Amino acid sequence: MRRLLFRFSPQFLDAGSGGESRTVLFNYRRIWLVSVLLLLAVSILPMGLLVIISSQLAREAIGSENRLRAVRLTSNTRRTISFFLEERLDALRFIARQESFRGLNSELQLAYLLRDLQMGFGGFVDLGLINADGLQVRYAGPFDLTGKNYGGQEWFRVCVEKGFFISDIFLGFRQIPHMIIALKVPKKDGSFYLLRATLDTRKIIRILSSLELSEGSDAFLCNREGLIQTPSKYYGNVLQRFELGLPGYSPRSRVIEARDRKGKPILIGYAYIKDSPYVLILVKRGEEIMKGWFSLRTKINWIFFLSIITVCVVVLGISTFMVNRVYENDQARLRAMERLEASSRLISIGRLAAGVAHEINNPLAIISGNAGLMKDLFTLKKEYREDPQLIGLVDDVLESVERCGEITKQLLGFARHVEARVTPIRLEEVVAEVISFLKKEASDRKIEIQTDIPSDFPVVFLDRGKLQQILLNLVNNAFQAMDDGGRLQIKARERSDGRVEIEVRDTGCGISEEDQKKIFEPFFTTKGTKGGTGLGLSITYGLVQKLKGDIKVRSALGKGTTFTVVLPLKIERKEDEGPACG
Amino acid sequence: MKVLLVDDEKKFVSALAQRLSLRGIEADWVTDPTEALERVTPGKYEAAVLDVKMPGMDGIELRRRLAKIDPTMKFILVTGHGSDRDYDVGMKEVSYYIIKPFKIEDLVDKLRGLSGQ
Repeated sequence: MRRLLFRFSPQFLDAGSGGESRTVLFNYRRIWLVSVLLLLAVSILPMGLLVIISSQLAREAIGSENRLRAVRLTSNTRRTISFFLEERLDALRFIARQESFRGLNSELQLAYLLRDLQMGFGGFVDLGLINADGLQVRYAGPFDLTGKNYGGQEWFRVCVEKGFFISDIFLGFRQIPHMIIALKVPKKDGSFYLLRATLDTRKIIRILSSLELSEGSDAFLCNREGLIQTPSKYYGNVLQRFELGLPGYSPRSRVIEARDRKGKPILIGYAYIKDSPYVLILVKRGEEIMKGWFSLRTKINWIFFLSIITVCVVVLGISTFMVNRVYENDQARLRAMERLEASSRLISIGRLAAGVAHEINNPLAIISGNAGLMKDLFTLKKEYREDPQLIGLVDDVLESVERCGEITKQLLGFARHVEARVTPIRLEEVVAEVISFLKKEASDRKIEIQTDIPSDFPVVFLDRGKLQQILLNLVNNAFQAMDDGGRLQIKARERSDGRVEIEVRDTGCGISEEDQKKIFEPFFTTKGTKGGTGLGLSITYGLVQKLKGDIKVRSALGKGTTFTVVLPLKIERKEDEGPACG
Repeated sequence: MKVLLVDDEKKFVSALAQRLSLRGIEADWVTDPTEALERVTPGKYEAAVLDVKMPGMDGIELRRRLAKIDPTMKFILVTGHGSDRDYDVGMKEVSYYIIKPFKIEDLVDKLRGLSGQ
């Protein structure tokens, strides 16, 4: 898992975190974090704000839409009920107009009228005629109520006063919920009589139950004392008190927000029905009210959630990509800087070597000259000439001086490439020079060195220092790849296309196919921590390029590697006066 | 044959002169290039061995001046510094260019070669 994570985590995350020898210019982790946070903030914050605001708006819209709908329903229902009651009263008015008191004052006639009312309007139970004293003089209906005196009753008083009366729903002595309506009819002689009808509540209940109410909603009538008049599904039985309490009087249909006994939000629509003791109550449950809102909110939330995921992925991707690019560029720059540093270091070493060699050469010349003179003098004098030890000592001095001279000459030759110039070069000389550097190591490690340069190999006009370094790097590389007892071959030939080819072949460990592609990249090394800088072959590659040449590698694991350098016979002298190894 | 040796290292040049005379080559030596200019008269020396790096005047300059005095004179330049540039310049104008330290035999051979020409 960790390995998997490691594989996908960008390179820069590990930059500078321990064990890293390479310099890190910036805190890439921080840059990345800042970029991610910033991008996330500027993309998610406005989006979140938008979602919150819009959902608030939607919620309000849906809420007010619901209230409006409740108000409309309440007021429509009120009108219907109002109309129903008015219609019943009008029926009585019609009768009063149609018939005189005398006409009405007959059991039979009243019975006919009741039948007509039942057929024409429905809901009428009985019909009675009451004189100004409150005595029911005539009655048609299922009970025997003729002669009942209503004179002392409240409704009678109200009806006389107002001209009509609509009662609550009550059980009365019949023990059936019913209501009465009454109409005061003036007579010609100045007195009056009352028409009183009993209505059953089925019709009014039907009106209420025919409302298309959603689940959990309720519609019923209360009287002004708060007693429930028609059956309610949830808020109590008929003639019980409405548990949530009657809202205050309002001449118009209104909607208020409230909570039911379980504390759930509800919407109560109510209307005081004019000229009647009824209050229409319409209750809608909160969940029902906001049903549309909830589904919308779920949708919005999903969209928001998916957007955030997308934004996160994109932001992470972009930030990672960008920071990685910056990191890679920085690394490339660092590598270039390091190469430059390495090359300038090489130049200084070269200069130092040249200076030292020069300074040493002069005293060496004195030692050589004086020792030589001593030998000459010994040779002249007979007693010394015969002494083999003296001559031998002097010879040793001379021989040592000669060896020192060889070393300083090589140092000078090495330093010479600091001055990048094109000179005529005999390849075998350069090769011999390069090999001479490694002669000791070769003999120590029993590495056999073979050179195969044809005697007619042309003189090439190249930068001697560069060529020398190319060969030195390749030979060095070969030495590092080989175990003791290997064989190094250096071959050269002139190609038909007017270029020369130099081959450096070793019998070393070889390079895998995969590594062969990367071998000229800077800092690529197979030698692990104990090996070189990983710069050798990349410098070699750069040098070959500067000489307008090509370098190729062929290798088989375990068998060995062959580097082939193809170079032109000459390059323009003007070309590149920069440092040789940069 | 008679040669002039010019080198600012007195120990070196004196020993060299002695060794050359032991080998039958008569050698005068000076350590100051200006003194060399005074010493040379036309026909006096067959050849001169000059150090390239000397205080006051370098071997290449000295060679030019000496050649003006005696155009028949041959020159061998000797240096402890084996740079290509010196070598190029040196080779154009002088017969031989020898890098210190060298074997006396090399110098003798070259001098004999010059006189044989």
